[in-house]
Amino acid sequence: MKNMKRFAAFSVAAVLAVSMMAGCGDDKKDKAEGSEAAGAGEETFLIGGIGPVTGAAASYGTSVKQGAEIAIKEINDAGGVKVGDTTYKFALEFADDEASEDKAVQAYNTVMDKGANAIMGCVTSGACIAIVDQTYQDGILQVTPSGSAEGCIANDNAFRICFSDPEQGKAMADYAIDTMGLKKIAVIYNAADEYSTGLQKAFEEEVKAKGGEIVASEAFNTNDVEFNTQLTTIKGTDAEAIYVPAYYQDATYITKQAKDMGMTLQFLGSDGWDGVLDTVSDASTVEGCVFSSPFCATVDDADVKKFVDAYNEAYKATPDQFAADAYDTVYTFKAAMEEAGSIESADMIEAMTKITVSGMTGDEITFDASGAAVKEVKFVEVKDGAYQYKAE
Amino acid sequence: MDLVNSILEQLINGLRTGSIYALIALGYTMVYGIAKMINFAHGDIIMVGAYALYVFVGLLGLHPVIAVLLTIVVCSVLGITIEKVAYKPLRNATPLAVLITAIGVSYLLQNLSLLIFKATPIPFGSIIRVPSVKVGSLNISGITIVTLVVTTVSMIALTLFINKSKAGRAMRAVSEDKGAAELMGVNVNQTISLTFAIGSALAAVAGILFISQYETLLPTMGALPGIKAFVAAVLGGIGSIPGAMLGGIILGIIESLSKAYISTQLADAIVFGILVIVLLVKPSGLLGKLKIEKV
Repeated sequence: MKNMKRFAAFSVAAVLAVSMMAGCGDDKKDKAEGSEAAGAGEETFLIGGIGPVTGAAASYGTSVKQGAEIAIKEINDAGGVKVGDTTYKFALEFADDEASEDKAVQAYNTVMDKGANAIMGCVTSGACIAIVDQTYQDGILQVTPSGSAEGCIANDNAFRICFSDPEQGKAMADYAIDTMGLKKIAVIYNAADEYSTGLQKAFEEEVKAKGGEIVASEAFNTNDVEFNTQLTTIKGTDAEAIYVPAYYQDATYITKQAKDMGMTLQFLGSDGWDGVLDTVSDASTVEGCVFSSPFCATVDDADVKKFVDAYNEAYKATPDQFAADAYDTVYTFKAAMEEAGSIESADMIEAMTKITVSGMTGDEITFDASGAAVKEVKFVEVKDGAYQYKAE
Repeated sequence: MDLVNSILEQLINGLRTGSIYALIALGYTMVYGIAKMINFAHGDIIMVGAYALYVFVGLLGLHPVIAVLLTIVVCSVLGITIEKVAYKPLRNATPLAVLITAIGVSYLLQNLSLLIFKATPIPFGSIIRVPSVKVGSLNISGITIVTLVVTTVSMIALTLFINKSKAGRAMRAVSEDKGAAELMGVNVNQTISLTFAIGSALAAVAGILFISQYETLLPTMGALPGIKAFVAAVLGGIGSIPGAMLGGIILGIIESLSKAYISTQLADAIVFGILVIVLLVKPSGLLGKLKIEKV
């Protein structure tokens, strides 16, 4: 769900200011020299996180903060990051931006004053865009875990972990046509939501480009509960599948009403579907549905399980995509430091396009020159009432 | 054939939604007829009904029939209580004060359920398990059939009650002229309580049908159908019982057809546009001026 532009205003302002500031670096060197008995210095690499931990989008920022903390603990427990002779331990300074633009700027200043070495954030697109020019001027490495708008990575110093909405819609179209062999597809999307329309447009374009056919494109509005009309229209076409780029609550209503109408079409969804099994009253309504998702906590995978267990133990909650994105953000910083052999932002930014990160949201994440993450889109199928990654 | 089929199915969709609107609109119109006030908390009674059913069936595991009866009782008692506590002291106050109080009660109910049940939507499987029926190539879902049957029966029962029973006559009398009715020995307070009880009972039925259809409980779930039903009541002529039924069904069908054949986004605009036109041409609503049985 990190890609949801609906939450543009909440864009994860988790600016992990990782770039080492000169003054701060000196302070730490003094400290480190004191304990340099072993020969190698140990210093702190401070990640400046920015995101909403209060307000309507609080759950996103909280997830990012917690996901990052899990990764930081893992790396520090394993001995930290070795860059040259120095071993760096990660630390996180997380500032609240309440998903608002002006608070994001304040939060950014706060983490910079604390001496952040790189910025993780923001969590929500709007807040993220509010600080991108400032981070660019300051020359600090900025990685947003979940800001899916184009503007979040407009500058050379900014990168993103999550998919943009068009990328995801396109990937679903490719999968539907190439792998699942579907030709005629209907779409039900939320016309009042940027996330949904972004996916819908990219999906429809790609289906047409691939020689498929969009037999119906039906809109609905936020908070609608009645979908019989749209479903009846689709029923009158020869659609083989229905693509619903929306949130799990919408998917719950749509799949249930389709089943009531006796429809047995294949449902396709977006990452907003994650969590749908908790909101349906009968799991059989979503059985066989396939949705694109960068991360799924209940999937049967050893690495995912390790992360989920650690998260569960620390916070008594199941990590969502925001947490997984933040986890990968921290590992991205680690990879960039190692590749650059330095913790200077300029060197790390240089290194970003050369690194490969293995994380929760992708096995081989790389970054292209635009700052977007290049990774495989994963597909989750609901099978026997549980989520399962679909083999390619 | 396909087109005919599809139009028929859309009509059935509209009829189902519309009959739920009509059920709720009856509560608005009855209360308006008797107490001359718009009870904006009426939509939230639907929500209370749905949550009550969830508590009885989902949490306490009672038999669905008992649970439905209990739900209706709970809502009726709630309706009477709201009237006694919030509206009765204001009976001689300005209409604006009563209106604001009604909005306050609506918020109170929503926030109470938010406090008790939290904001996370609760999935709650339907208690109505009727298989869908195939008529030719039409597929009518079980819940649609149940909804249509239940609303029709409720409306016939209500019409008979108001026209044939003594209490119904009292209601009509109070609606016509409260002062004169009181002089003739009608217990006005009791009649008003009865009106609220019946209106809330219908809202409970609507809530049960609503939750069986959509299967998700939300503290704000009553707001939108409440407003739509209010529009239906005004469209049909507020204060008129056949008007509420007609208004609800017309509203549901217009909504469904404009969603299907014009534009989903414009559907609400079309519905409200029609309301504006009707009110311009006939300010008292479709059946409002006839004043046949203003209750």
